[in-house]
Amino acid sequence: MKLSKLVIAAAVVAAGTTSVATSAFAQAKEQFFPLLSYRTGPYAPNGTPWANGKQDYLKLINARDGGINGVKLTFEECETGYATDRGVECYERLKSRPGVTLFDPQSTGITFALTEKAPADKMPLITLGYGLSVSQDGMAFKWNFPLMGSYWTGADILIQHIGKANGGLDKLKGKKIALVYHDSPFGKEPIPLLQERAKMHGFDLQLLPVTAPGVEQKATWLQVRQSRPDYVLLWGWGVMNSTALKEAQATGYPRDKMYGVWWAGAEPDAKDVGDGAKGYNALALNTASQQPKVIQEILKHVHAKGQGTGPKDEVGSVLYTRGVIIQMLGVEAVRRAQERFGKGKVMTSEQVRWGLENLALDQKRLDALGFTDVMRPLSTSCADHMGSTWARVHTWDGKKWNMSSDWYQADEQIIKPMVKAGADKYLSDKKMTRRAVNDCQS
Amino acid sequence: MAFFLETLIGGLMAGMLYSLVALGFVLIFKASGVFNFAQGAMVLFAALAMARFAEWVPRWTGIDNPIFANVVAFLLAGALMFVVAWLVERLVLRHLVNQEGATLLMATLGITYFMEGLGQTLFGSDIYKIDVGMPKDPVFALESVFEGGILINKEDVIAAAIAAALVAALSVFFQKTTTGRALRAVADDHQAAQSIGIPLNRIWVIVWCVAGVVALVSGMIWGSKLGVQFSLTTVALRALPVVILGGLTSVPGAIIGGLIIGVGEKLSEVFLGPYVGGGIEIWFAYVLALLFLLVRPQGLFGEKIIDRV
Amino acid sequence: MFYRENGQFKTSYVADQQIFPIAQDRTIILLLLAVAFVVTPLLASDYTFRAILIPFLIMSLAALGVNVLVGYCGQISLGSGAFMAVGAYGAYNFFVRVPDMPLIPALILGGLCATFFGILFGLPSLRVKGLYLAVATLAAQFFSDWMFLRIKWLTNDSPSGSVSVSSLQVFGLPIDSAQSKYWFCLVILVVMALLTKNLVRGAIGREWMAIRDMDVAAAVIGIRPMYAKLSAFAVSSFIIGVAGALWAFVYLGAWEPAAFSVDVSFRLLFMVIIGGLGSIMGAFFGAAFIVVLPILLNQFLPALFGLFGVEISTADISHAELMIFGGLIVWFLIVEPHGLAKLWSTAKQKLRVWPFPY
Repeated sequence: MKLSKLVIAAAVVAAGTTSVATSAFAQAKEQFFPLLSYRTGPYAPNGTPWANGKQDYLKLINARDGGINGVKLTFEECETGYATDRGVECYERLKSRPGVTLFDPQSTGITFALTEKAPADKMPLITLGYGLSVSQDGMAFKWNFPLMGSYWTGADILIQHIGKANGGLDKLKGKKIALVYHDSPFGKEPIPLLQERAKMHGFDLQLLPVTAPGVEQKATWLQVRQSRPDYVLLWGWGVMNSTALKEAQATGYPRDKMYGVWWAGAEPDAKDVGDGAKGYNALALNTASQQPKVIQEILKHVHAKGQGTGPKDEVGSVLYTRGVIIQMLGVEAVRRAQERFGKGKVMTSEQVRWGLENLALDQKRLDALGFTDVMRPLSTSCADHMGSTWARVHTWDGKKWNMSSDWYQADEQIIKPMVKAGADKYLSDKKMTRRAVNDCQS
Repeated sequence: MAFFLETLIGGLMAGMLYSLVALGFVLIFKASGVFNFAQGAMVLFAALAMARFAEWVPRWTGIDNPIFANVVAFLLAGALMFVVAWLVERLVLRHLVNQEGATLLMATLGITYFMEGLGQTLFGSDIYKIDVGMPKDPVFALESVFEGGILINKEDVIAAAIAAALVAALSVFFQKTTTGRALRAVADDHQAAQSIGIPLNRIWVIVWCVAGVVALVSGMIWGSKLGVQFSLTTVALRALPVVILGGLTSVPGAIIGGLIIGVGEKLSEVFLGPYVGGGIEIWFAYVLALLFLLVRPQGLFGEKIIDRV
Repeated sequence: MFYRENGQFKTSYVADQQIFPIAQDRTIILLLLAVAFVVTPLLASDYTFRAILIPFLIMSLAALGVNVLVGYCGQISLGSGAFMAVGAYGAYNFFVRVPDMPLIPALILGGLCATFFGILFGLPSLRVKGLYLAVATLAAQFFSDWMFLRIKWLTNDSPSGSVSVSSLQVFGLPIDSAQSKYWFCLVILVVMALLTKNLVRGAIGREWMAIRDMDVAAAVIGIRPMYAKLSAFAVSSFIIGVAGALWAFVYLGAWEPAAFSVDVSFRLLFMVIIGGLGSIMGAFFGAAFIVVLPILLNQFLPALFGLFGVEISTADISHAELMIFGGLIVWFLIVEPHGLAKLWSTAKQKLRVWPFPY
């Protein structure tokens, strides 16, 4: 007994010294990307491909390009399990690594907590397609970047699409739209915009919350069956999505009248249900195929060499590609920052923030990067931290997702005043003021 | 009216599914006095085992028959649960004989964590499918009497039938076989049972095995309904009100309690929910159980708590 | 030999009734306080403060509260997360709605909100006992989860349901750096631990322990069960409510109802049972175990596996953490069912009579 105790103690000491030694190697010769992810817990099926996409893109840049203008990229994953306190702990642990760039919390709850800490720590947050919808206003939220869309733009596009399907937004008058949402800040975000649109077009909005994690939805779908809405919008994440589709099938609600947000429209949500989810539509921020050049490059330079994170047939799936896009935007922000602050040098997080604020990815650049058709051009500015609101709708055919609409853009006329009002309220609650215009030059 | 009947039937079905999970709790508490918080983790573990074995059996044996795969997977998963039961008794329960309730509760919580970690390590944390051929589309009854018919979920009906069959089998097991009698003796009084020669350790292994099989059946049914994933452990939290409402030591109590909680939950969510914004079913189940407990503190069918001073 | 009590005579009742009657104990505690107040802020890094020490302090406070209810009064409660939430949101509402509300009164008022909530959901304990009560208190937990998601007034009508506080200050001193947060939590913890220790040593503490040991006998000798049980719920919820307010204000900064979910309740119960039921020290030990162990495992496991040349993914580390955590809980319970505090007091007892065995 004593000998084994001694052995265990020696192993722990050795482990301790090695862990200290390995962390000493991470000097500021390399650009460090902390990767908050969740590979366990109820949201793991959706979080895992997302995290794999992010890692694979970083590996691609290292393998194919040797880094960003010669600066190699390092990364470390930290498991948050979608829990706010673990996300905060991961953030605190990784924020002072040399060469740290930015954080992608992968969760709206963690985003809310980190939004408080980011300004003091001078750490930019990319919250692509999630997070605070009002953080689109860059003059109020210096450190948040809800690139490519927020829940308000997503909800707006869905209403536009439904309107188009009915022959015009005015034809929505008198129709019933139900929102089945995850009972959390993530699920509640689109409600103000939907209520605004309901007022404008005269449709009836029914709100049906589902208690997290959304495993039991029988009562919700019985209510849907009773009120027979014309459309159901699904705002779920993780297991809630596939459960919703299964319950919809079990209560006989037509799946082709269901529209999910871009976080409710990936393979893990519908694969399980298979043909039972045929006809289900969801927002698509990006494509889902192995054809785009960047995905091919990842397969060639990373997976072919056995360096792939995750299984090969996951490459190119919806959430995987989204992870690749997020990481690409992060890498491009560093590259842009290097253009101003010194090519080939390691950027600080403040400089990366400037890079994020001055992204200009036109179609030519996207083609060069290998993202043709995957996403639309994006350009951010001081006042606009979103960059682009383009999205499409795709439909599940029982085996895979197929694009089923044109590109839409959110209606800024409705959203901009709401964003400004929300941002003003946030600032006044916190007794902060908007940025001065000349702050944009920093 | 039709909608009320629909909700009622839906509630009864949901209740039966909760009772399946509650049965596991009751069995173990009855025989060993341990409140097995690990029941949820056991359901997940068993369901993961079955889902993955069903996937792997065609690969291992080369036979591509889904029924064969499911049957073999079920047997393998059952065997795995027996091993788990034996290990739990050997490594945990034997060393904690005669400890107080809180300590044993804590030990089962430790087992919960261990099994969650082990299950996900061995089998993965993705969503897996259990396909036992349950029908997924609904049936609409009495369409002539009520407009639109009354929705009856075929999968739930079959699940309820399986649950009823399981309870009947367990009742026969407890009443008619010697092992069942021994189990009831141990539940009554450990020391008296020991004194007449009933081997306590073996009895506990048997009880945990039976609970493991119950967990496997519930895991199979819930997994078929929802998909097998980590969040399946939350089903145990939904079954707890059933356990306390029915009484911790009563098998029929688990069934009746399940039906009451299921109906109460669904009716409250559908009819009361809209007035307060929805999402009330979880706490309503607990409050309902609590109200019953205020009238009968030992649950509907539980043993009266006798305090000896 | 170390704990020579020779020559330590008590000449007054006050001296006899001290919390630490042995002089060596007093010295050790004073040293510990000195280390906590002075040495640690000098040596600890920012990360250690934010990720280890501050959560440890706040969770110890919460575990203290739970120990009062579960350890001293014997009422197993799984609703502690709800009490933390009520304390946090109560303090938030007072802080935000009353202009110029100072921080400490806001925390205390939050604690009082939790007290009322605790008394309300503690009423079933008058009729229901043991495990049935444990599950019944889950009603409090799930009700509070729902309440803060649905009733907009409680979250200051925030559209997402997420709330935040900023610019905390006490008597003009801002509480924004890791050190100031650490001292703030430490001071509150020390004060409340002292008050709680004195409560449990007093008449009411003895009433609680009597109810825990044999409530029928306690009623027979004249202890009013209603008063004892409800006061246990009240005191416990107050402490847990203040801890919840600290957790939200100081550690998280911005939070949503999911931050106080049923997992928090289970964690608090673990802390108390692992640490030792019915002991103030137990709350600290348990909190240290539960707060620090996952982080330690997270740091050491990759290094440990690295020694064997095996690269292990974060998911596998998480799963290994769960397994080791569960395994350690079971192991501790087998080795010492009464928790870490009992191990500590056994060690102290051995030290008192060393080198003699007894």
